[in-house]
Amino acid sequence: MAAEALPSQFDVVILGTGLTESVIAAACSRVGQNVLHLDRRNYYAGNWASFTFNGLLSWIEEYKNQQEVQITESEQVWRSLIDEGEDVVPLSSVDSSISNLEVFCYASEEEEKEEETKAPLTSCQPVNAETVSEETTGDPTEAQDTVTGDDTTASDAKTQNEEHKVSEPKEEQHTSDISEPSQSQEEKDSQLISSPEDRPVDVEKKITYQKLVKEGRRFNIDLVSKLMYSRGALVDLLIKSNVSRYAEFKNIGRILTCRNGKVEQVPCSRADVFASKQLTVVEKRMLMKFLTFCLDFEQHPEEYQDYTEKPFREFLKNKKLTENLQDFVLHSIGMVTQQTLTAEGLKATQHFLRCLGRYGNTPFLFPLYGLGEIPQCFCRMCAVFGGIYCLRHSVQCLVVDKASNNLFLKFFIFFILILFLHLHRQISRAVLITDRSVLPSESDQQISLVTIPPLESSAPAVRMVELCSSSMTCMPGTYLVHLTCSSYGTAQEDLAPVVSELFHVSTILGEEPSESAEERSKPAVLWVMYFNMRDTSALDSSSYSLPSNVHVCTGPDGSLGSDCSIKLAESVFRHILPDEEFCPPAPNPEDIIYDGDGPQAEGPGFDESANTEADKSQAEEEGAAHEKSPSTESSDPAEMDSVTQSTPSHTTPSSEE
Amino acid sequence: MHGRVKIKSTAQQEEEKRKEREKKLKAYVSARDAVLKKRGAGEHDEEALQLTQQLLSSNPDFATLWNYRREVLLHLETLREKDEVQKLYESELHFIEACLKVNPKSYGCWHHRSWVNTRLPQPDWTRELGLCDRCLSLDERNFHCWDYRRVVVKESGVSVEQELQFTDRLIGSNFSNYSSWHYRSTLLPQLHPQPVPDSAPNTSPSPTTSPQFHSHRVCEEQLLKEYELAHNAFFTDPNDQSAWFYYRWLLGRAEREEMISCVYVSREGERVSVAFSKPVHAQSEGLMLVVDGQPQQVHWRSAHPRFRHSAVWLCDLPPGSISDISNEHNLTIHWTEKHTHRDCALYTGSAESWCRDSATDQELFRSELSVEKSSVLQAELQSCNQLLELEPQNKWCLLTIILLMRALDPLGHEKETLAHFQSLKEVDPMRSSYYSDLCSKFLIENTILKMEYAEVRVFSLSNKNLTTLCHLDQLLFVTHINLSSNQLLRLPPQFAMLQCLEVLEADDNAIESLEGLYHLPKLEEVSLRNNRILFSKKSKCFYKKPLFWCQSQCLIWPCFKDSVFSINKQIQTYSSAKFCYSPLF
Repeated sequence: MAAEALPSQFDVVILGTGLTESVIAAACSRVGQNVLHLDRRNYYAGNWASFTFNGLLSWIEEYKNQQEVQITESEQVWRSLIDEGEDVVPLSSVDSSISNLEVFCYASEEEEKEEETKAPLTSCQPVNAETVSEETTGDPTEAQDTVTGDDTTASDAKTQNEEHKVSEPKEEQHTSDISEPSQSQEEKDSQLISSPEDRPVDVEKKITYQKLVKEGRRFNIDLVSKLMYSRGALVDLLIKSNVSRYAEFKNIGRILTCRNGKVEQVPCSRADVFASKQLTVVEKRMLMKFLTFCLDFEQHPEEYQDYTEKPFREFLKNKKLTENLQDFVLHSIGMVTQQTLTAEGLKATQHFLRCLGRYGNTPFLFPLYGLGEIPQCFCRMCAVFGGIYCLRHSVQCLVVDKASNNLFLKFFIFFILILFLHLHRQISRAVLITDRSVLPSESDQQISLVTIPPLESSAPAVRMVELCSSSMTCMPGTYLVHLTCSSYGTAQEDLAPVVSELFHVSTILGEEPSESAEERSKPAVLWVMYFNMRDTSALDSSSYSLPSNVHVCTGPDGSLGSDCSIKLAESVFRHILPDEEFCPPAPNPEDIIYDGDGPQAEGPGFDESANTEADKSQAEEEGAAHEKSPSTESSDPAEMDSVTQSTPSHTTPSSEE
Repeated sequence: MHGRVKIKSTAQQEEEKRKEREKKLKAYVSARDAVLKKRGAGEHDEEALQLTQQLLSSNPDFATLWNYRREVLLHLETLREKDEVQKLYESELHFIEACLKVNPKSYGCWHHRSWVNTRLPQPDWTRELGLCDRCLSLDERNFHCWDYRRVVVKESGVSVEQELQFTDRLIGSNFSNYSSWHYRSTLLPQLHPQPVPDSAPNTSPSPTTSPQFHSHRVCEEQLLKEYELAHNAFFTDPNDQSAWFYYRWLLGRAEREEMISCVYVSREGERVSVAFSKPVHAQSEGLMLVVDGQPQQVHWRSAHPRFRHSAVWLCDLPPGSISDISNEHNLTIHWTEKHTHRDCALYTGSAESWCRDSATDQELFRSELSVEKSSVLQAELQSCNQLLELEPQNKWCLLTIILLMRALDPLGHEKETLAHFQSLKEVDPMRSSYYSDLCSKFLIENTILKMEYAEVRVFSLSNKNLTTLCHLDQLLFVTHINLSSNQLLRLPPQFAMLQCLEVLEADDNAIESLEGLYHLPKLEEVSLRNNRILFSKKSKCFYKKPLFWCQSQCLIWPCFKDSVFSINKQIQTYSSAKFCYSPLF
């Protein structure tokens, strides 16, 4: 669509497509506001984004370039557009939220060799078989170059066909167990692999760097690592607003912890406690009793009131939980620190427990294709209701009416990092690609949350999420591991000790993982990236003298859930549109009234839902509201002067291209 | 306002929905009529299949249509080649799957599915098993699916080990599942049967493959593993009964062997009483009395005319046959049905004689739990006590401890048992009557044991808070019974088993009915002070007529040495007042 066909007036302009901004965009658009949603970058979701492996490599490249070149832009272009009576608030276009980025590759970088002699080995190779079967059912054109490897696989088509023949009956045999023919490929895969006789015994396939690059599009690597509490604000909002229809989710299969260098499962649900082999029966009872108490601890104040001002840990001791159980509750269920007070610890434990059982045996969900999907889903909702999207567009300054000190717009909302850079709280992150799970089990298609108590008393507690390939975030045969903690030093200083504790890291870059039995008990790291991300969640926007119709959003925080971002979005929405419902359920397509001609000029080029005409009664009602609103009038002169008008590239976000 | 999407109002939606429903109903009714007409006309064609398919996919519970479908399919089967038949039935299976999605608990669907599989030339049982697994993963308590699964497992010959793993899996994901636990209890005896000792009498018929005919016991090694599993479950959630029930099953429930436990003969009454270990119907069981080698033509009657099945049976000998005290007689009771018999000798000079198994010999009352090894039971008792320390309010734990204590040493644990019963009634007041009855039963058992150790015929159960009477068949010889100061509501018909009873004291109870006082041939003295015997004008029962019995505080019947029948007669013909001695008259 040509740029001139775009409307030039908006009710709400939002800069940044992170989760909070996207939710606000969807909420405003849903209740009829004209929304312009901008992002400086050429991708959605800002620091919430997910990248393919290649996309991430470009992102890293961009980061490095940004470090080298300080962008100095001439102010002249827009200075000349400012009229009398207008004032400007310049916005920085440098994003310094990411720092200390380090990348190490441990996968073999040597060129692939054709090794015909070893080809027959692959016929009994489940990892291969799985890859091939998925390729052939999924994307036949790509199948030609997917089965590659340096020693156990051959890249010529003949061998591949042989493999295919071998793998096919396997798949048939497994899928025949399934009565539902339409079962998704992912489930088939997991069935295929979960069958114990197929599991790899000693033949391991090497994954080269080339392969990671070649299969790069199978990765969806999140910049922030979060899970969704199944009764958290985000899930509730997704359900309430019907945005959930744009995404798919997978249960987190298990919750693990690392104690004394050993990874073990945390019994957190009733079924887990029952099945746990580490706990004595008495411990089981004590744990269940304590957890049951936590579920409605408010009802029994006499149990904890002496401890509200004391650390949670002391309360746990007082409850006669064994050392074992105290660790489980503190680090893995409550996910709080040694210093956390009892009241907060109980609340956190209760939240965890209330989320259990809604969708599975753990309290968490993970969106397929990565967390970056979620902001995009809200953007999609916004676009469906007429929001306009411009990526690669920034705002250089805010034009403020000198008299009222207000923006020539109804509302302006933007992502904090563009403006304020002096927040020091940081999150340390590490992203690893590994070759196996930290705790292999019957099914290797499980997402695991691993809570790692501080290795030393001064170190932070680390949260690790291990994603399997069926979460659509990494290529089959690998695991994508996210580590997160609040920063004490740089990300590498904070997280490298945990990585070397849990994983096998080659001493020489690019070296193949050693085959010694001891070392191979740990998963090998193929590729790792460390970086710090600024945590702006603690920002108090009222401490800055901003125009009253400008609102500020913060970036992702360090916690496991996204409640903070959703609550912020809701409070901003309530502030700007106090009389409107926040994200009411989107109507079903069949309930939308269609009419041939769109009533508004911006009709063409929008999603079909924009081409609708008002239901009479509702239209009258809203029309009245519209006239009464003086801010709408005053916003009329606001040209898009705060927006650079190069060729806009506006797209509708979609969950899967 | 700009860009706001217009949504139909609720009224509009409602109206549309209503119209939609009306349309659907019309289509449904006309299709139904067409189908029923076709069926009436005996048409068995493809169209019938299509029409029924339409109807059933919206309402899978229309049994007539499933029947019609079967008729059509059977007809089509005769017209087609074998591979076409296979296809026909396979598409039928697909169709049923769609119907199951509409109602996963449709009787008609599941039944039809079983039927289709019997008709299918090459049934694919693996696929069916997969369907069941999926269904159960959606609803692990869908008993329709459990039923169907049993059929599939039987037909497809899934190994018992695999099935046990299947229950492991289901119990692992949610142990609150009776079906899985129960399934386990049928699988374990097949997989790990208890080794049968050679000396054991082989009463059961030759073993068959069906689990029902196997011994229900499990070998000890496996049993210990199962105890552990049950511990895990009830320590995790002691309020979930499913695991407790399974645990009770593991501890076992011994079935008492059917046998003649006692024969009693009285010279004076010229009567033989036979007690059995379980209530039987003697007339149909072929009970035969032989006196001194001569089979006797006798009429067997149960202890109380109301019982068709009774643990005690009586017969009168021909007058004069044993009345001479100087003669010795040998009696034998043959139980032809069970190929067993019991002898009893009536010696010169004795007025009565009996031959019996004592309760102590048989460990009669321990048999509730049949795990033989007391070391195992002791360990289990310890586990439960450990749980009780953590959960002093848990009724399942309390009850299980009581049962374990009884199995181990009923007399030694009597005090603790009573204390636990008291806690049980407090924590579970809804079932306090049940616990009282159970407690009464155990107290009676203990008294019977004590009485037998002392070898007396006096049975005293006063002031024990009894609410019910049981094991009366064990009291065939008791002459004196004291039931005073309890909470008994009635003297039940079973009381008629006390054939030797002479004196009954039952003061200070809440007795309303005296049914059991019939037919007691030797009863001489009854004391029923302070009870609640009812007066009813309508009732013809003699003991309810005289109101003054309860008012009078005391009722003593002197010298009722006549037979029961004569008492009855006299009461009906004479005024009760004349008949009773009471200080008021």
